[in-house]
Amino acid sequence: MYSEKVMELFKNPRNMGEMENPDGVGTVGNPICGDLMTIYIKVDGDRLKDVKFKTFGCAAAIATSSMITELAKGKTIADALKITRDDVAEELDGLPPIKMHCSNLAADGLHAAIEGYKRKCDVERASYGMPG
Amino acid sequence: MNLRIIKDEKMGSVEEKMKSAKKRVYLDHAATTPVDPAVVDAMLPYFTRFYGNASSLHAYGREAHNAMDEARKNVAELINAESDEIIFTAGGTESDNIAIKGIAYKKKKGYIITSSIEHPAVLETCRALEREGFEVTYLPVDRFGTVYPSNVESAINDETILISIMHANNEIGTIQPIKEIAKIASESGIPFHTDAVQSAGKVPIDVRRMNIDLLSLSSHKIYGPKGVGALYIRKGVRIEPIIHGGGHERGLRSSTENIPGIVGFGKACELAKKRMDKDVPHLFKLRDTLIPNTVNTIEESYLNGHPKERLPNNAHFRFTAIEGESLIMSLDDEGIAASTGSACSSKKLEPSHVLMAIGLNEVEAHGSLRLTLGRENTDEEVEYVLEVLPEVVERLREISPLWKKEFEIERWRKEMEKR
Ligand SMILES: Cc1ncc(COP(=O)(O)O)c(C=O)c1O
Ligand code: FES
Repeated sequence: MYSEKVMELFKNPRNMGEMENPDGVGTVGNPICGDLMTIYIKVDGDRLKDVKFKTFGCAAAIATSSMITELAKGKTIADALKITRDDVAEELDGLPPIKMHCSNLAADGLHAAIEGYKRKCDVERASYGMPG
Repeated sequence: MNLRIIKDEKMGSVEEKMKSAKKRVYLDHAATTPVDPAVVDAMLPYFTRFYGNASSLHAYGREAHNAMDEARKNVAELINAESDEIIFTAGGTESDNIAIKGIAYKKKKGYIITSSIEHPAVLETCRALEREGFEVTYLPVDRFGTVYPSNVESAINDETILISIMHANNEIGTIQPIKEIAKIASESGIPFHTDAVQSAGKVPIDVRRMNIDLLSLSSHKIYGPKGVGALYIRKGVRIEPIIHGGGHERGLRSSTENIPGIVGFGKACELAKKRMDKDVPHLFKLRDTLIPNTVNTIEESYLNGHPKERLPNNAHFRFTAIEGESLIMSLDDEGIAASTGSACSSKKLEPSHVLMAIGLNEVEAHGSLRLTLGRENTDEEVEYVLEVLPEVVERLREISPLWKKEFEIERWRKEMEKR
């Protein structure tokens, strides 16, 4: 059902864990099945110096969170905002159609973290919410 | 540890072989069971030697017919019925359909009482009948998954044509007080059907003593082949056929009989009855090692279902802050086959209706795990699971943003409720 890449990242997720003193935090929930993802970012100039995640969800959700951190790390904020769920799914050699919403969650999580950083408010609360 | 080892024959050195040798433990017997070798042996001659059509008048036909008679007797004896009260079907789902629609179509209209935790084979059949104008009440259950006989009693009205309550639940393993419920039904003159697919061979069933009018069985849950089942129909209970044709199975289930399957099912019933004295204590012993050791060693782990009135082979847990599909995948990676009621693992991305009915919220239902034992499982296998499970749960909790975050859990639970 899952590609080898998904299984590999599910078993050995990269950039997993809470971040100390993040510049932005985005927590998004998945209204479809009830999962939750938190993305942390550290910003240096206009670049994402570090990106980390924590996820409560299925194997695909864990793999997509891991993938988005890898895709976003080192990118400028403008470029990071261009990452779509299809980019995430493609990098994972595809996802089962029923699991596409999990990659949506990852892209939304990253965007929420950036939004939190830009607003510089109580980031977690500001970015908390369910994607469209 | 003396576990069943599956080796990759292509591997070279002994070390490599050891590394690739993967322990596998099957703990999903509620989904299906392996076919007992004695069952396979009984079936084989009926493919190539005794291949006749049971309706034929020649020797081939008689051989097939006699084999079917023998099987029917074995099925009947498992539940203390008479042979001529058993019809063979293509499985548990078909038995449920024939029973429920059979009564409904006979009565033409009326009101059906069932529970909210039935298997989809019953629930979806009832929903289909609702679309045809029948009325259905889906009774609630308590937090252990028990249907109260008093609720059945007060749901009965003049138009009630059928009461269908499962014997044991396939997810959480709760055993229902069907004897009490059947007594209420019988006193009101209403036919009582029970889906005994999960309980047969694990809990004693006596259709006479228990006042049961219709009872569904499935072969592949009791070490028989898939695609075969039976429906017990008490003498005098009249149902309308839903499959029309050549008039097989007393006109109630036309189609040339699946003789090898039926023979295998009969053998499986014979074995189940014979082995119950040995199998059931074995299952209890394994289950009662698995449950307390899991709940006591893993923080924030809970047992779902009834603590006592539960199938001897069912252990159903939930673990706070982790998700079931990732749990199943992680266990699978360690060779352990299990199942979950999490929304992420379902085709509709909805949490199990059973877990919702016992009052869990969606976040709680997420972390559910069903381990269902079988007669071939060993002490060592359970030990292995008890070793692996805490590690797997801990790893997933490290990844989870909700672990040890009560406030976050509560907030997310409320968001989910707003959906
Ligand atoms: C309680 C219950 N009823 C019915 C069925 C359906 O049986 P079958 O797979 O033989 O159609 C199952 C099996 O999944 C079951 O657990
Ligand atoms: S997060 Fe629920 S299906 Fe992937």
